[in-house]
Amino acid sequence: MSEAVAPTSLSAKLTFNWRALTPLLLVAPLVLFLLVFYAFPVMAMLLRSVAEPTWTLSNYVALSGDSVFLHVFWTTLRTAIAVTAGCLLLGFPVALTLARPGRTASIALIVVLLPFWTSILVRSYAWMVLLGRHGLLNEALLTAGAIDRPLRILNTSIAVHIAMIHILLPYMILPIANVLRQIDPSLARAALGLGATPFRVFREIVLPLSMPGVAAGVLLVFVLSLGFYITPALVGGPRDMTVSMLIAQQVDQLNWPYAACLSTALLVVTLAIMALFQFAFGVGRALRVAER
Amino acid sequence: MPIGINGAVVSLWQLKKDFGQVGAVRDVSLEIGAGEFLTLLGPSGSGKSTTLMMVAGFETPTGGDIAIDGKSVIGVSPHRRNIGMVFQNYALFPHLTVAANIGFPLKQRGIGRAERDRMIKNTLDLVRLPGYGDRYPRQLSGGQQQRVALARAIVFNPRLLLMDEPLGALDKQLRESLQLEMRRLHADLSITFIYVTHDQEEALTMSDRIAVMNEGHIVQLGRPEDLYDRPCSRFVASFLGESNFLPGVVHSFQGDSIVVADCAGTMLRAVTPSGNEPAVGQKVVLTMRPERMKFANGIDSPNCNRMRARVTEAIFAGERCRYLLAAPDGTAMVLKEPSGAAVRRRAVGEMAEITWSAADTVVV
Repeated sequence: MSEAVAPTSLSAKLTFNWRALTPLLLVAPLVLFLLVFYAFPVMAMLLRSVAEPTWTLSNYVALSGDSVFLHVFWTTLRTAIAVTAGCLLLGFPVALTLARPGRTASIALIVVLLPFWTSILVRSYAWMVLLGRHGLLNEALLTAGAIDRPLRILNTSIAVHIAMIHILLPYMILPIANVLRQIDPSLARAALGLGATPFRVFREIVLPLSMPGVAAGVLLVFVLSLGFYITPALVGGPRDMTVSMLIAQQVDQLNWPYAACLSTALLVVTLAIMALFQFAFGVGRALRVAER
Repeated sequence: MPIGINGAVVSLWQLKKDFGQVGAVRDVSLEIGAGEFLTLLGPSGSGKSTTLMMVAGFETPTGGDIAIDGKSVIGVSPHRRNIGMVFQNYALFPHLTVAANIGFPLKQRGIGRAERDRMIKNTLDLVRLPGYGDRYPRQLSGGQQQRVALARAIVFNPRLLLMDEPLGALDKQLRESLQLEMRRLHADLSITFIYVTHDQEEALTMSDRIAVMNEGHIVQLGRPEDLYDRPCSRFVASFLGESNFLPGVVHSFQGDSIVVADCAGTMLRAVTPSGNEPAVGQKVVLTMRPERMKFANGIDSPNCNRMRARVTEAIFAGERCRYLLAAPDGTAMVLKEPSGAAVRRRAVGEMAEITWSAADTVVV
C-alpha cells in the first residue's frame, strides 16, 4: 500500500515544481538575451570608468572639476527642463481634447500618433529643412516682408527645443489623456451642478485628478530628454552639446574611460530622478489608480 | 432647519429632446408643486433621465420650456440654477474628503470657512454620518457614499433636489431603509424632490405623485394609489405591480361607469376610466390585481365578479400562496392568497370558483 502511494506523491511533487517554473521558463530566453547583449556590455562599459588605466576613482574626481563636463551637463538639464515644460503646456490641452468622446478626439489621436510612427531621424532632418537659413520658415517670413535678413534659428538652442518638443509631445499627451479619460464624466457634471464655474471645475476637479498622468508624462519626457542624441546633434549648435553628444564624441576619440564616466553619471542622475518621482508622486501607484 | 414650504415650483411645458433622429423625450408637460415628491417612473429608454438632465441643465431641450418658480431656465448654465442633484453613481470627488465634498458647493458660493464647517457638521448629522468628515469616499460603504452624495446636494439649501436612480446600486435591504430615510428628509427639508427610478416599489413607497413614462411620453400621472388601483393602460398596469389581463367584449352598461363585459361566456363587471367609454360590442381588456382576487367561500358579496377557473400551478411563497389559473377561454391568470393554517391549499387540476370586486376591475 505504502509502496503504491510513494510514487504518486513524488510525481505530484514534480508536477507542482514544473508549474512553478513555467513562468520562469517562459521569460528565460529574453532574460538570457538581455544578459548577454545588454547587461554584460553595459557593465563592462561602466567598469572601464573605474578600471582604466588602473583600478581608480580618479576619472570621477576629474569629472567633478571638469568645466566642459559641468557646462554640458547644465545644458542637458536646462534643455530637459525647458522641453518638459514646453511639452506639458502644449500637450495638456491636446490631452483634454483626446479625452473627450467624439470624432474630434479620433482625428486628434491620429494627428498625435502619425508623427510618433515616423523615424526620429526623418523628423529631425525635416526640422533642418524648415528652420535653416534658406529654410521654409525664413523664406516665408522674407516673402511676407516680416524680416529683412534670414533669422538664425537652426543650430541654436531654440531649434533644439522646438524639435525635441515636437518629437516628445506624444509621450506627454498619451499618459495625460489616458488618465483624463478615466475620470468619471459625472464628476464634472456634479461639480457644475453644485455651482462651480467651468473654470473652477477644471481647477478643482479635472486638474487634481489628472496629476497621476501629468507626473507620468513629465517623468517620461524628462528622462528621454536627458539622453536625447540625434535631434540635438542635428539641429543644435556647438554650444548646445548635451551629455549624450559628449559621450559619442569621446567614444569617437577612443577616450573610453571618460565616456564610461559620463555614461555612469547620466545613468545615476536618471535613476535618481525616477526615484524622486516615485517618492514624491508615487508614479507607480498613480498609474495603478489610473488603470481602474 | 427650514420651516414651512421651501420648495420650488417646476413647470415643464411641451418638453422635447431629440438625439439625432431619435426622440428621447417627445412631449412632456408637467406641473410640480412646491415641496412635492414627484417620481418619474419608467423602463430604461423611456426618457425619464433625459427629462431630469434637462431640468438640471446638463441637456438642452430641442423644444418646449422649463420654468422654475415661473422663470424659464432655458439657456441658464447648470452652475447658476442652484439645484441639488444626486447621481446614480454618487459622483463623489475621489480626491477630496467627505467634509470637502460636502463643503464644495459652499466654497463655490463664497461661504467662509467657519460657517462652512458648521453647515457641513449639521448636514452630516442630518444624514446620520456624524464624525465621517475626515474620511475619503473610497473608505465608505455604498450606503454611506450615497448619504454623502445626498448631504452634498442639500447642504447649500437648494429649493429643488433632483435624484437619478440614487439607490440603484445598493442591495435590497439597504435600499428599503434609505427609502424611509429619503421620506423623512423630504419631510424635514420640505423642498421639492424630483426622483427618477425604474423601480415601481420605490416609486410607490416614497412619492406624493408618480409620472409613469414610456417612449418619451408621460402615460399616466397621479398619486401612487390612483395609479395602482386605476391604471389607464395595459403598460401602466403591468409596469406597476402585477396584473391579470382578460380579454372580453362589451355587453351592456350599468349606471355611469360600470361596464358589463362578456369574457368567454362569463359576465364580468368593471369600471372604466372616465372620458374613455367603450361602445357595446367593442373588444376590451379587463385588468385586475392578483392579490385582490380570492377563492369563493359561499359568503361573498353577490355584487362581486365570479368566474370558474382551473388551478394549473400552486406555489407556496411564505407569506402567501401563488396560484396560476386558466380562465374558461384559456387565459393564464395569477391569484395570490395569504397563507395560513385555516386556509385550504388548492391542488393542481382542481376547478375552483374565484371572486373579486367589480371596483377592482378596470377596463384598459
